[in-house]
Amino acid sequence: MSHTTLASPAQGAEPPPTTAVPPRTTTKASRRGRLAAALFSAPAVLLLALFLIFPFVSAVVLSLTNQRLSSPLPVEFTGLENYQRIFTDPEFWRSFGNNTLFAVIVVPVQTAAALALAVLVNRRLPLRLFFRTVYFLPTVTVMAVAAVVWKVLLLPDSGLVNGVLGTLSFGHLQPGWLSSTSWAMPAIVLTSVWQGVGFQMVIFLAGLQAIPASLYEAARVDGANAWQQFRHVTLPGLRNTLVFVINVTAIFAFRLFDQVYMMPQFPGGPTDSTRTMMLQLLQTGYTRRMIGQASAIAVVFFLFVLVVTLVQRRLGREERAVR
Amino acid sequence: MTLFTASRGRSATLHPERSRRSTHNRPLHYLICGLIALVMLVPLAFMFAGAFKPNADVLADGDNWRALIPLHPTLDNFSSAWERSNFGRLLLNSLVVCGATVGLGLIVNSMFGYALARLRWTGRNVVLAAVVALIIIPFEALAIPLLLMMTELGWLDTYQAQIVPFIANPFFIYLFYSFFLALPRELEEAARVDGAGPLRTFRSVIVPLSKPAYASVAILSFLTTWGQLLWPVMATRSEDVRPLPVGMAVFQTLPPLQWGDTMAFATMMTVPTLVVFLIFQRAFVQGVAAQAVKE
Repeated sequence: MSHTTLASPAQGAEPPPTTAVPPRTTTKASRRGRLAAALFSAPAVLLLALFLIFPFVSAVVLSLTNQRLSSPLPVEFTGLENYQRIFTDPEFWRSFGNNTLFAVIVVPVQTAAALALAVLVNRRLPLRLFFRTVYFLPTVTVMAVAAVVWKVLLLPDSGLVNGVLGTLSFGHLQPGWLSSTSWAMPAIVLTSVWQGVGFQMVIFLAGLQAIPASLYEAARVDGANAWQQFRHVTLPGLRNTLVFVINVTAIFAFRLFDQVYMMPQFPGGPTDSTRTMMLQLLQTGYTRRMIGQASAIAVVFFLFVLVVTLVQRRLGREERAVR
Repeated sequence: MTLFTASRGRSATLHPERSRRSTHNRPLHYLICGLIALVMLVPLAFMFAGAFKPNADVLADGDNWRALIPLHPTLDNFSSAWERSNFGRLLLNSLVVCGATVGLGLIVNSMFGYALARLRWTGRNVVLAAVVALIIIPFEALAIPLLLMMTELGWLDTYQAQIVPFIANPFFIYLFYSFFLALPRELEEAARVDGAGPLRTFRSVIVPLSKPAYASVAILSFLTTWGQLLWPVMATRSEDVRPLPVGMAVFQTLPPLQWGDTMAFATMMTVPTLVVFLIFQRAFVQGVAAQAVKE
């Protein structure tokens, strides 16, 4: 994979100089070229403008109004009132807290697990492809399916997970999972990691394969043991991949929706212990039809994604400068 | 830290000392890999087993080894789930939405990617930078204004509400752009000398050369569209256009609550994608790995 050329889009923007295309000589040819460019670009540009840029700008504008979904009431400019309202809403902070809790557990756990899996199946052993396939399988099942299957596996009295835990702990450890306010989030973490870890494993595998074998040779010549090789060759070589995976997982943690919508008896339950920002978005904008206030949630969510990504770009750039 | 005794097996054969160590660790390595494989497979095995069990047995056998083995196998759950959930219709809806989104997306995004990578026009670099900047916007930030738009267009509860907003995708445009940029120019020059216009050059030279890029984007696009839940929950009301994940969300709460039926629904929904995955594994993995290129 030509990772290096793709790593910096800004530099990649300048194509290699072409000698075959005559520079702006015949007007007919260049007119034809411009027509072709317009033809090739128009559908995508039009769709992006209508369904990405326009709604994005709308979200910001709507968040400053009292717009509702199909209501005869006149729309008024309300300034920052929606933001004030969500920032003083305990339900919003509860959601934000749950997302943060989820992120704090899932980001390190899933990243470390995916890295460990990638290192395990990167060895040249027979059956390695079989294991890779098996670890990736849950990713192919959609989250809605994973949610329902785990819901049954995690039933407190008749679920397989508590069956196994009960045997291992002689009946001492029997969490209530989705019916308990303190165990519902761990239940959702478990489901998410199971479904998502294979995806990141594949990204790590791509990163591992980009590390030149000669670096490992050199490390061995210097007498580095396996741990030292991992610490001083693998980890630095994976730095960009690692930063990328952490970024994606953190954003994913704040997009958490399918599991909290489908797994508890009521979405976000029990007693709001799995309520997330996206559930809040759905219930504010769709159920309660408060488009303005839901747009404010969307804008806050976007700003969060922006910050996470900018931090990641910064960390990634440092790496490039060192190289 | 035995987990990390990895590294290149190929060089291990060149170094007798290392190969001895790695054979020594091999049983442990397999044990760990096998245990993890078990954890990954048990939920799927449970789903398959549950689909073939009489409804009452799913919970009755739930907490022991019998959970994974249908002792009295039956196909009743499949017919019952199919009828009660109107599965055929839901499947058709998912296929229409996915097929159109992926298919139209491939055409629209690859053409724009080509214009950005190869055609000469003023403002191209600015547009390219804009496309790259748009990648960062997550769909969730747009869902609410889109809901309002769809309501005003009268598109609620239609296929097009689930297709049209998802055709153009800045990330896929960027993937195509990167791929086309790396293609050698000679073949296009040859086509141009032969008198082919840009459209014919694209269709008969570029597209056939770019099958891996199309496969990667198709699979990424399919995986995200097939599993979507939040948007169709907002934008669809009826079974006529509702896709499978929303169907699942509704069906699992539909009285009478029957876990065997639910597992049969989950199995019917999963098997087609599993088969496609096992056939096109390579493209799946490349499609996912292509994500990392984003940065």
